[in-house]
Amino acid sequence: MPDTIPRPDINPTDSTSQDGAYNYAYLDEQTKRMIRRAILKAVAVPGYQVPFGGREMPLPYGWGTGGIQVTAAIIGREDTLKVIDQGADDTTNAVSIRRFFATVAQVATTTHTEEATIIQTRHRVPETPLTDGQILVFQVPIPEPLRMLEPRETETRTLHALSEYGVMQVSLYESIARHGRIAKTYNYPVMVNGRYIMSPSPIPKFDNPKLDRSAALQLYGAGREKRIYAVPPHTSVKSLDFDDHPFEIETWTECCALCGSTESFLDEMIVDDAGKRLFVCSDTDYCESRR
Amino acid sequence: MSAPLLSARDVTRRFGGRIACRDVSFDLWPGEVLGIVGESGSGKTTLLNCLAGRLLPDGGSVAYETKSAGTVDVHRLSEARRRLLARTEWGFVNQDAREGLRMGVSAGANIGERLMAVGARHYGEIRGQAADWMARVEIDADRLDDRPTSFSGGMRQRLQIARNLVSNPRLVFMDEPTGGLDVSVQARILDLLRGLVEGLHLSAVLVTHDLGVARLLTHRLMVMQGGTVVEQGLTDQVLDDPQHAYTQMLVASILPV
Repeated sequence: MPDTIPRPDINPTDSTSQDGAYNYAYLDEQTKRMIRRAILKAVAVPGYQVPFGGREMPLPYGWGTGGIQVTAAIIGREDTLKVIDQGADDTTNAVSIRRFFATVAQVATTTHTEEATIIQTRHRVPETPLTDGQILVFQVPIPEPLRMLEPRETETRTLHALSEYGVMQVSLYESIARHGRIAKTYNYPVMVNGRYIMSPSPIPKFDNPKLDRSAALQLYGAGREKRIYAVPPHTSVKSLDFDDHPFEIETWTECCALCGSTESFLDEMIVDDAGKRLFVCSDTDYCESRR
Repeated sequence: MSAPLLSARDVTRRFGGRIACRDVSFDLWPGEVLGIVGESGSGKTTLLNCLAGRLLPDGGSVAYETKSAGTVDVHRLSEARRRLLARTEWGFVNQDAREGLRMGVSAGANIGERLMAVGARHYGEIRGQAADWMARVEIDADRLDDRPTSFSGGMRQRLQIARNLVSNPRLVFMDEPTGGLDVSVQARILDLLRGLVEGLHLSAVLVTHDLGVARLLTHRLMVMQGGTVVEQGLTDQVLDDPQHAYTQMLVASILPV
């Protein structure tokens, strides 16, 4: 597989997709306009969940419909798209979404984090630090961080509006009382800009520090629940904790079996019937670039 | 004592054409326990909910003397201020402990919730205070990490009391705190409440249909019938020398043992 596929050479004023059947980037212009408005509002109020009129997409809920709609609304011909799923560029979901946009938006695609202008992701933030001008688009299954604690939507909105976040702290207290430490390892709740508690989508808590004052714009799209929220560049994102039980990220005693990294998020693999285990980087691009 | 802590004026609440309570006025002074008695359906609980800001009355007003911000009209406060008041300066003990507790989290988390809601972020200290309050309401310290689902009715009620008092409220609303419990458990809870109210110099509004509870806990009594207050006065006076026909009937209907 070539790492970078250049933009197809076609008339740049053509407003339709390559096959002529769909509008540019799949969604019609009015829909993109509506989503852009939601995104602007989300950027203006960091961490606040903005409702939007989510459309039916040509893939099932849970496969990234929210992320795709956000990407479709912001993508242009000059963009270079990277799509990752659990850190990998070559999983089914990542390959399909990348090919989808190569077809309907005629953009160049890449697997290299540094070359991408838009990175759509599920479950990971790339290990390579992001830079100014890059946009990270998250696929979000459950946008409401308080959902498991408070089932009523009207009540969670009130709690957000009034900054009443005691119940979130109760869930962390309960975790320590039960397990001796904060046992939540993914979708770890964060406080954005000192105002809204936000679900960072199911990324491992290992990635939470990368969200804090990131140079890249972070956009979160939830297709099923039709919510968009955002963290503008250089905004504070603090993981919740207790004074005597501070937030900590995962650590490993092994290093990556392929590239030897001791600083990246490692996946554990069973490689034979005897149960031999191997640890490898979850971020395939980062791992390949180091070999 | 300068001003009453809570002052109700002509509080009226209707449900459609039905009147739940009409023109109820009283003053509650710091350190005082006011009882509201009456038969089922006489408007006691509706009145209590109006006083605690949980229901908007159709007429009248409720004024509360806050610790630092002077007198406020409970129903004209912003929702944010009212909710803050409800979880710092007030407590609310429900008849059914399940409504007042989080049944899915441990007893310690239940007691600690109010502390965390106002910014406590030290696990050890929160847990220490929770353990302290467990002892004060006579629940074994080794139940701290158990969920209230594994507690008996009486223990749940005591846990609910601890959860409300941990933030040192000045005013506690109680809706039949001993309803639905057996007599010996009732006696222990009454004992506990009496000790806490005196020890912490709490003010309380207590709704009950049990005149025995009223006699033990309250200083002053309001008797309600059909949504209106038919008689009020010192508890002993009302119970020993009832003036209104309905109160006389109520006192006379206590079963002798």
